[in-house]
Amino acid sequence: MSTRTSRLALANLWVAIVAFGVASAMALMQALSRAALELPWRTAKMYYLSVTAHGTLMALVFTTFFIMAFGYVVAERSLGRSVPHEGLAWTGYWVALVGTLATVAAILSGKATVLYTFYPPLKAHPAFYIGATLLVVGSWLWSFVVIRSYLAWKREHPGEGAPLALHGMLATVIVWLIATVGVAAEMLFLLIPWSLGLTKTIDPELARMLFWYFGHPLVYFWLLPAYVVWYTILPKVAGGKLFSDPLARLVFVWFVVLSTPVGFHHQFMDPGIPASWKLFHTVLTFGILFASFVTAFTVTASLEVAGRARGATGLLDWLPHLPWKDPLFSSVALSMLLFGVGGIGGAINAAYGMNAVVHNTAWIQGHFHLTVGSAVALTFMGTAYWLLPRLTGRELELGLLARVQPYLWFLGMLLFAISNHITGLMGMPRRIYDASYGGSVAAQAWSGWTDLSALGGVFLFTSAGFFILVMLGTGLAGKRRDAEPIEWAEPLEPTSPKATLFDRYGLWTAVAVVLVLIAYAYPLWSHLQMQRYGSPGFTPF
Amino acid sequence: MNVALYEKIWMWAAGGLIVAFVATVLGAAVGSGLQPPSHVETIDPTKVFTDPQFGHPSVTVGPNGTTVVSFGMMFAFNPAVIRVPAGKPVTFRMTSADVTHGFLIVGTNANTMLVPGYVSQFTTTFRRPGEYLIVCNEYCGLGHHVMSAKLIVEEEEKGATP
Repeated sequence: MSTRTSRLALANLWVAIVAFGVASAMALMQALSRAALELPWRTAKMYYLSVTAHGTLMALVFTTFFIMAFGYVVAERSLGRSVPHEGLAWTGYWVALVGTLATVAAILSGKATVLYTFYPPLKAHPAFYIGATLLVVGSWLWSFVVIRSYLAWKREHPGEGAPLALHGMLATVIVWLIATVGVAAEMLFLLIPWSLGLTKTIDPELARMLFWYFGHPLVYFWLLPAYVVWYTILPKVAGGKLFSDPLARLVFVWFVVLSTPVGFHHQFMDPGIPASWKLFHTVLTFGILFASFVTAFTVTASLEVAGRARGATGLLDWLPHLPWKDPLFSSVALSMLLFGVGGIGGAINAAYGMNAVVHNTAWIQGHFHLTVGSAVALTFMGTAYWLLPRLTGRELELGLLARVQPYLWFLGMLLFAISNHITGLMGMPRRIYDASYGGSVAAQAWSGWTDLSALGGVFLFTSAGFFILVMLGTGLAGKRRDAEPIEWAEPLEPTSPKATLFDRYGLWTAVAVVLVLIAYAYPLWSHLQMQRYGSPGFTPF
Repeated sequence: MNVALYEKIWMWAAGGLIVAFVATVLGAAVGSGLQPPSHVETIDPTKVFTDPQFGHPSVTVGPNGTTVVSFGMMFAFNPAVIRVPAGKPVTFRMTSADVTHGFLIVGTNANTMLVPGYVSQFTTTFRRPGEYLIVCNEYCGLGHHVMSAKLIVEEEEKGATP
């Protein structure tokens, strides 16, 4: 296999790992701050700056670079051919990296403490917006290369469906291309001209609508590559087979169709959006649940197949037969358990009327640390343990740390997420430097739980530190040997290589675009028809 | 497509559960009128202080219920103390004079965004008299965590005076 594509994947992977390490350090400080520990450097300015850095580096930088790395690996290894347009792929890498550095510089200099949601009229330095836009532009070049890889392969394999791993990556790319239209419009037409002083005012509600048009499918951009790991790598590592290939394809197509026309469920509490449209987005949101229910069955059944192949015979003894000491396996299995809890919480968030109880409370940060912070991040860490030795031809170093790390993450995340769900239900807002509210009785009730949350944060930080040590140890000092091959799980029942309805990407993209138009065209059009008043910018940081 | 029997059962059950979820939400929304605050009305955010209504934040008790006119600003709510009667509908009309804020009455489901340029409005009834903490739940700058106010829900007989 080509080491050229491996180099490309490794370059992206290292940016992801460094971003993750820096973002984890920021997180420790926030967890301790919330528990009101009197630390010498604890100030509101540092706290909100670190929340901005943590959110941006984790949600946008770590995820995007990891997914680009993984996408190149899938494109090359599942199709058995080097990725085309290598120059363009490297251009995408450098554009995204330069953009990331500009954004991070703006944040660390204290000129962009607007959090990763950057709601105007909070106004950041232009470098923050331009940098983030370049990160997206870089990812567009990556998307182009992945699509071209598929098309080149398809010409040589007429009438065949793509390997499942690539099918999942193509779904990821389609979701991403549809989603980023929203953030690109927000950046290019609203935020960048306004931050440069070319326009005087901005419509904050229009910006929020465009942000959440992007913000929800963003979570599927993170989740789908994790699902690729669950469907195509996990069963193989566990020693079994994929329970159902066609249903896995259905799941990815389901996300292509329903990821975007649902963004108003993040804006239930917003003025300026009629209730009827919020309700419409709610119904589609619940539709998405189906794909994750199917995934829960198919992946669990695949693990049962693996446990039985390893000699299990009883009703449930296939569970202890699974390779719980393998860091990829334990990472992914534990991430799925946490995602089960997070998914149920997600259904509560989406439940229209019930959302008022939890909106913008600590419940929300508890929720997304189970989803993106566990289902996605823990799966990506497990994948890195599996991938780095295979890309570098080095043995995984500090194997004991790698074995302990997923369990430590699981424990830390349970403490963190449960305590935040509870304080959220008790009305504690998210993203606050200090939770005392002048000694208010209501706020006093939160304090024991915030200590528990901080303890979870310490476990998570230690776990993240183990991960970084294993990555650095392996990348810099791992013993050289022949790299193990990258292999994908085979389906339990042999499937025909012929393309099916689920492999018709043009058709499903068209269905998705139609749904997006139904869900967004009229609300946006009627919004623009209103008498609206712009808002000047504010920099209260 | 060949789907195993158990997975078929699972998929039907999942589909049924989702239909039940959606029916519950629709039933509550249409049947019981349980809607999130979704008022559509705009206002010039640079003129909140001189606006005929928001320039005079107040609590008015009328025959059809109580109306609270209030706005958020960095880093306070105006008025800082809101008194309303228990057991009667209270309509909140709110906006922001600067950046986006949130308005959450801790221990209740009264929760709305205050987006500059827009008027948020919702009606609710407080059944339990007492003192409630109001917090800003959207990051609005370095003083976000001190942005709070007080809601005092008074027993009906005392709450009758405006």
